[in-house]
Amino acid sequence: MENEFILKVRNLNVRLDHQSIIENLSFEVKRGDALTILGPNGAGKSVLLKTLLGLFPYKGEIEWAKAIKIGYVPQRLPFIKDIPLNIKDFFNLKESTERETETILNSVGFQENFLWRKIGDLSSGQFQRVLIAWGLVGNPQVLLFDEPTTGVDISAEETIYNLLVKLKRERDLTIVLVTHDLSVVYKFSTNVICLNRQPICYGPPQEVLTPESLQILYGGEVKYYQHKH
Amino acid sequence: MDNQFLLSLIVGISVGGAAGYLGSLMLSRRMALVAGPLGHLTLPGIALGLMYGFDVSLGAFPFVIFGIVLIWLFEMKTKLPMEALTAVVFASGVAITFLFLPIEQAEAALVGDISRVRHAEVIISVVLALSLFFVVRKIYSKIVLMNISEELALSEKINIKTYNLIYLGAIALIVALGVKMVGGLLAAALVAIPASAARNLSRNLAQYAFGAMIIGILSSFLGIFFFKLTGFPAGPLIILMGTLIFIISIIFRK
Repeated sequence: MENEFILKVRNLNVRLDHQSIIENLSFEVKRGDALTILGPNGAGKSVLLKTLLGLFPYKGEIEWAKAIKIGYVPQRLPFIKDIPLNIKDFFNLKESTERETETILNSVGFQENFLWRKIGDLSSGQFQRVLIAWGLVGNPQVLLFDEPTTGVDISAEETIYNLLVKLKRERDLTIVLVTHDLSVVYKFSTNVICLNRQPICYGPPQEVLTPESLQILYGGEVKYYQHKH
Repeated sequence: MDNQFLLSLIVGISVGGAAGYLGSLMLSRRMALVAGPLGHLTLPGIALGLMYGFDVSLGAFPFVIFGIVLIWLFEMKTKLPMEALTAVVFASGVAITFLFLPIEQAEAALVGDISRVRHAEVIISVVLALSLFFVVRKIYSKIVLMNISEELALSEKINIKTYNLIYLGAIALIVALGVKMVGGLLAAALVAIPASAARNLSRNLAQYAFGAMIIGILSSFLGIFFFKLTGFPAGPLIILMGTLIFIISIIFRK
């Protein structure tokens, strides 16, 4: 069932506030894929994820496989600290049972007593892992992950991607991931979309991420690309 | 214990508790500020109630609904910050009231009066406050998720418009009930203070939500008790008791 399709997008156009955000984007995701969406800030990456979730109006076609369950990990949740919540409360909002919450927390590397920790007391790296765990409630087949652009330190960031690799294997997940980090693309993805409002490249990263395409994508000098040793 | 005092206590405790509980939802995203202008906007309705001798909550309710529509429209049309709209809306409510409300009736409108509640009013207030509590309990976790992130709530297939409508309806009702107790000027404090104090003291959602309710009940109880003792108006005393609990909560902050 390797070729089973999960998502087909054809000629996607998104306009928000009379501004074109995404133009003529087409791509496919198959079961077990790890698709990264790469691009500079303001390129429409997060908008694309949210459009796939059905949060924004669009023109074109978005076709998900039937009865698919989607988990979503947002970029950040600035208002969450307004409310005194512990981890268990946060998972209860998604009607997760205590047992399910514990199992998922374990799989992202937390102990059971972590349930009672206050969200406001977590480090940014811990919070990121909690968000991923939250996205996994209800056993989704697809995880949409919007990478935080700031606030997570580098070592925490590295463990996040190791964690995603592990979860993908254990749970037979298909992952669509938004990032601005090239190293993540090479390490992690089967396919990449370079997006800067318009699609600039699409395919396996080793094939399509050329210095030329990156030049167009970032519109200037790119500090590093894949080293071929 | 005299009968009238008991009736006041029953209204105070049920409305104060429901307001505290609902207030715990309103503290995030500055929703507590919305209760401010809404309270002030009820003043013309309260004035009508006082002048023509019907229940002030009944007069207040249509004005709150009007206020909600007004703020919603203003925010959509102008994208001004909520604070600016607050100033516009609340000042207008106060101004209209004093065009026609005789000044000797102003106190009840501004700071409330539950010292003369009748049996029927008590029953209606208690039934409405209890219904409000159960409705809010039903929508509580969905509203929390919407407060955290509307996008996250949408991705969970929560019908945001429906829940917002119920939520705003609940706010309108608590403001209408609250103005009888503490008046148009202080209605916002009835929802904001207990929740603020509870937030200082709680480490999880249940402590916070029910803490706010208990603090709401306690403030009303103490306020009405001191009103009986001192003869000062109950409305301001209820709010000040809340403030006192808030100050104590800062000391024990978690």
